[in-house]
Amino acid sequence: MPGLDRVEYQPVDTPSPPLLELKDLVTVFPTRRGLVRAVDGMSFALREGEKLGIVGESGSGKTVTLLSILRLVPHPGKIAGGKVLFQGQNLVHKARAEMRKIRGKEIAMIFQDPLTTLNPVFTVGEQIRESMRIHNIVSSPDGCFSGLFRRGKRSAEYERVIRVMRDVGIPSPVTRARNYPHQFSGGMQQRAITAIALSCEPHLLLADEPTTALDVTIQAQIMDLLNKINREHGTSIILVTHNLGLVAEFCDTIIVMYAGWMMEKGTVDEVIEAPKHPYTQGLLRCLPHISEKQEKIYPIPGLVPDLAQLPPGCPFSPRCDQARPECREDRPIPLTELDGGRLVRCHLYVR
Amino acid sequence: METSAYAKTPVDRLTYSWRVRLRLMRRNFAYFLTELRRRPLALVGGIVVLAYLLAAVLAPHLTAHDPTAGNLRQRLLPPAWEDGGEAAYPLGTDDQGRDILTRIIFGARISLAVGLLSVGISVAAGTALGALAGYWRGLLDDVLSRFADLLLAFPFLIFAIGVMAFLGPGFLNLIAALTFKGWVEFFRLVRGEMMAEKTKEYVEAAKVVGQSHPSIIVAEILPNIIQSVFVLGTLRMGYMIIMEASLSFLGLGIQPPTPVWGAMVAAGRDYLLTAWWASTLPGIAILILVLSINVFGEGLRDILDPRLRIE
Amino acid sequence: MRAVRVLERVLITIPIMFGVAIVVFLFMRLTPGDPVDIMMGQGGAVTTGEIEQLRHEFHLDEPLPVQLWLFLKGAVRGDLGYSYVQKRPIGELIGERLPATIELAVGALFFALLVAVPIGIISAVKQRSLVDQISMAGAFLGTSMPAFWLGIVLILLFSVRLRWLPVQGRIDYGTELQQVTGLYVLDSLLTRNWTALISSLRHLVLPSVSLGAAAAAIVARVLRSSMVETLRQDYITLARAKGQVEFLVVMKHALRNALIPTVTVVGLQVGALLGGNMIVETVFSWPGLGRMVVQAIFERDFPLVQGAVMVYAFTYVMANLIVDILYTTLNPKITL
Repeated sequence: MPGLDRVEYQPVDTPSPPLLELKDLVTVFPTRRGLVRAVDGMSFALREGEKLGIVGESGSGKTVTLLSILRLVPHPGKIAGGKVLFQGQNLVHKARAEMRKIRGKEIAMIFQDPLTTLNPVFTVGEQIRESMRIHNIVSSPDGCFSGLFRRGKRSAEYERVIRVMRDVGIPSPVTRARNYPHQFSGGMQQRAITAIALSCEPHLLLADEPTTALDVTIQAQIMDLLNKINREHGTSIILVTHNLGLVAEFCDTIIVMYAGWMMEKGTVDEVIEAPKHPYTQGLLRCLPHISEKQEKIYPIPGLVPDLAQLPPGCPFSPRCDQARPECREDRPIPLTELDGGRLVRCHLYVR
Repeated sequence: METSAYAKTPVDRLTYSWRVRLRLMRRNFAYFLTELRRRPLALVGGIVVLAYLLAAVLAPHLTAHDPTAGNLRQRLLPPAWEDGGEAAYPLGTDDQGRDILTRIIFGARISLAVGLLSVGISVAAGTALGALAGYWRGLLDDVLSRFADLLLAFPFLIFAIGVMAFLGPGFLNLIAALTFKGWVEFFRLVRGEMMAEKTKEYVEAAKVVGQSHPSIIVAEILPNIIQSVFVLGTLRMGYMIIMEASLSFLGLGIQPPTPVWGAMVAAGRDYLLTAWWASTLPGIAILILVLSINVFGEGLRDILDPRLRIE
Repeated sequence: MRAVRVLERVLITIPIMFGVAIVVFLFMRLTPGDPVDIMMGQGGAVTTGEIEQLRHEFHLDEPLPVQLWLFLKGAVRGDLGYSYVQKRPIGELIGERLPATIELAVGALFFALLVAVPIGIISAVKQRSLVDQISMAGAFLGTSMPAFWLGIVLILLFSVRLRWLPVQGRIDYGTELQQVTGLYVLDSLLTRNWTALISSLRHLVLPSVSLGAAAAAIVARVLRSSMVETLRQDYITLARAKGQVEFLVVMKHALRNALIPTVTVVGLQVGALLGGNMIVETVFSWPGLGRMVVQAIFERDFPLVQGAVMVYAFTYVMANLIVDILYTTLNPKITL
């Protein structure tokens, strides 16, 4: 039964057991053109109440990472190695029934395009309620007589649906609960999906580009909502996006991914002020600064590689201006730990 | 307006893009064959259909017996592999002593002819009307669409039977009956596509350049639509052949003694207990032909227009 | 609000039916051959005076529009005219045979859905598995088989060789059955006549399978493709992310959506069922409307053909109406 305890947000330097820990996660997709390593060696630790941002271009493996945590990787993809430790338990080997109990209740996910994420044939209220029903969230006052108190149970669920909808900022929830998804605007739809995710008070929220499909003003509202959830409920959030600015504003920690490889990790301030990995440096160079006058914009030369046909060694080496001969050698590059918990995967820092 | 060295006269302008497309088609044909080889099932289907076509055309040369006159002393002989069968009549004989294999091969002529003609005319009429309705909209479109909707209120076979009832049996009447309702599908397809294409930019471009309407329709838009029409046509062929067989089965199609598969099955019904082959074998001929057409058609659809795929 | 839309749809069918009646009527009048001559042809030599009298009786001497009006007037009242050949009112004749045809059509539809829905779902869920490939191969076969041939083969197999099922008719000879609706299966249930129930069901099996096979094949394919498409959607992933049991993800979340385009196809198939009815009734000597129409054609009983065609068309229009309404209940996005 979920507790109603609210976990306080822990400041960065207080040690506490990680809520989620990934160790060398590898997720692959066998395709006709070869084996695609969508996630190759992802490792990080996430504490309660922490906000982690995973940044990368399209196809860098960010979404697959999230799906791997919940073991929702679509066929024919599968997790090929590594561990996903949630509250100390390895999710990779968990039984399916156990996994189902975790999905939605302990770990919830929101997706990119709210319109396609909501089932068009059910009302929004119904979809929120389903989450609760699956995990038996609303406890009946008297367990074995719950049949008799059916009506009571139903209205308790109903109350909770309305409360959650109000929490996420959906106006007139009583009428709105009976509406269908296509009757909502984009921002409202995303709030509805957030409501579904929150309905069981999860410890961890996985957000896959939640604002990409929305326009800027709505974006801000949704990010405010996520912030509020993090503050008030202590929910850890992993935010996946290609928008560095978003991460800079919202997250505590940031991971940079490229072609399935985890390239750099650190606190947002550290990484943005002093990026270590050449790819991160290139990314930050692309962003024009609002305060400076710039002559040129410096994109990273080259194109994102085809994951089925990666060059040997570091996948970024063809485009890297600091590449060395050992970067193209076909052997794994370890994650180097620098001061203050910074992680970089680059030969420049390997001792 | 000169579009190139080719387009000197109005007819040239009309056919210019078709000539370019013909050249593209030749190149595409090679691509088409490679793709077909990748789909062995469709390839087999195509080969079988070709075999049927050849058999139909070369019928008199392939058979030793007369398809219409039989030897009553040889009636109801079983196929060669059963007791009592003779090698001279590999699939046995019917109740009039006629060789079944011969009749099947000759029957292919009728079925294929009916299939090709009815689909051909349906495609032509449906495409023409659909293109006009979709392009010009307005009164023409309203009238045609209402008429098409009305025709759709009748189930296909009911309508065909009704028409045959009133027109009487015969080859042409059969074609008429099948076509009368058959064009509707193509009409709707082409009309829909035409309305969608009309809004696209290349049409605007053509208009700006001063191309005349008929030229735009034929030279610019149709080539883009033709593929789906072609695919649909292939798929409907099998259906038309079954319809023809059904009508002949009821006695409403071509009359005896012309060998027609449907009628052969009907005639064999009386002897089901004693001579199962008279009904079953012509039916198998229908089945194999239609199956091959369908399989080939699916492969075609796969290759030409993945959008239409039924996975 | 919804009720108004439904009413709109219902009202639309009226002009359609008028159109149908007009088309059918025109067909009959525009074909070569004078109906009276044909009718007289049955009876032998007659005097010109009698011909004239008959002409007048059947309003054949009136201008075409008047004939049309009289015909429509009668049709609305249920008076579909008189059969020259059978010497009975057409309405009566059709009424007698209609239940048998409906029973067959319903039986075929039932069979088709019974087979197609599970197959469609399973094939989609277990894509590319053996079940899927066999089912789709079967579906291909189903659409390539003429219904009459299938019927004959089934008879050969089950009636002649195996002797499990009867060859023809609706019920065993000599079985008593009190008729309430004319639908034997229903009637035997209502009157608790178990022998009749078993007998009529046994007779219904083969014809239903022959008629329904093609429809089953098509519906199975469409449902499968629709399900495959649906299962790819994001909301299915979300359903799983909620922790929903896989069975409910498929049956509740996916199926509801996949049924929407499938229902349209089922509606079209009903039309095919009505048409194929005639053929299957002939093969199985099923005493229904279809067989009567075929015989009427050979007997040149055009008014009967005309009346029957109208009834068929009407039934089809009604069926489509039901499908339309079903569609709107399934799809909340459609406000008709």
